[in-house]
Amino acid sequence: MAESIPQVSVVSQKDIRIVEFTNNKILDEGNITEIGTTLKSLIDEAGKPKLLLDFSNVDHLSSAALGMLINVNTEIKKKDGQLRLANIKPQIFEVFVITKLNKLFKIKATRPEALTSFDD
Amino acid sequence: MDKAGSKRRTGRGRSGSPRTGPVRSHFVFTIPSVFAASRDVQEKILSDIERRGFNEQTRFAIKLALEEALINAIKHGNRFDPRKEVHVEATITPEEALIIVEDEGPGFDRSSVPDPTLRENVEKCSGRGILLIEAYMNQVQWTNGGRCLRMIKRNEPDVIPGC
Repeated sequence: MAESIPQVSVVSQKDIRIVEFTNNKILDEGNITEIGTTLKSLIDEAGKPKLLLDFSNVDHLSSAALGMLINVNTEIKKKDGQLRLANIKPQIFEVFVITKLNKLFKIKATRPEALTSFDD
Repeated sequence: MDKAGSKRRTGRGRSGSPRTGPVRSHFVFTIPSVFAASRDVQEKILSDIERRGFNEQTRFAIKLALEEALINAIKHGNRFDPRKEVHVEATITPEEALIIVEDEGPGFDRSSVPDPTLRENVEKCSGRGILLIEAYMNQVQWTNGGRCLRMIKRNEPDVIPGC
């Protein structure tokens, strides 16, 4: 059945777009594509995009979701932007550690910590 | 794997009250090469391990590995070919879950898959499914030219990080 609920909610704080995943699972290809499209549009609309991804609600993700996040990171870097990840639960953080993506992404414990970590 | 009885779905020994039910559950599924079909397989297997009181860490590991195994079989193995099927067999006891996932694709050589954790590969978008399966399961074996994945997860007590 088609998922009608948006996969993310977006709020702005100054020039930072804060994206919160609304679904507790980032697994289905369709959902991942939808999230990727939303994030891409946020990257496209900014000169030097600043994105904060809030994982508070996320209990499960797949390697396809990691692939999407890597793409997002690459696109942001191309535009000299900044990406932060925050509020990742310990089980999910372990997935980042196993794949060594904790070294690729800038991961902060909390949203305020992530917000203050952006360079002007 | 026994491929007779295509489309059959059996789940023997699934009656009984939680944790006092049958000692062993056995499931056999044959599904088409579409992601939606894999959801039912996952739900049945995961609800059985939950009923048995497998701890949260173990359930997380099995869910992740099963998801990756089914995606690999459907996408990289059968390449969404409607003429090909994915065969899944699960045997679950209070001690462990044995899950076998087999596709009908061309197979692959495990040793030829690049290590996605290497610096030169870390920004590539593929290769992490296998890494996660091997990291989260206790035993992982590829047979039949890479078409058949056999994996075991033991129901171990919670491990306290740092101990």
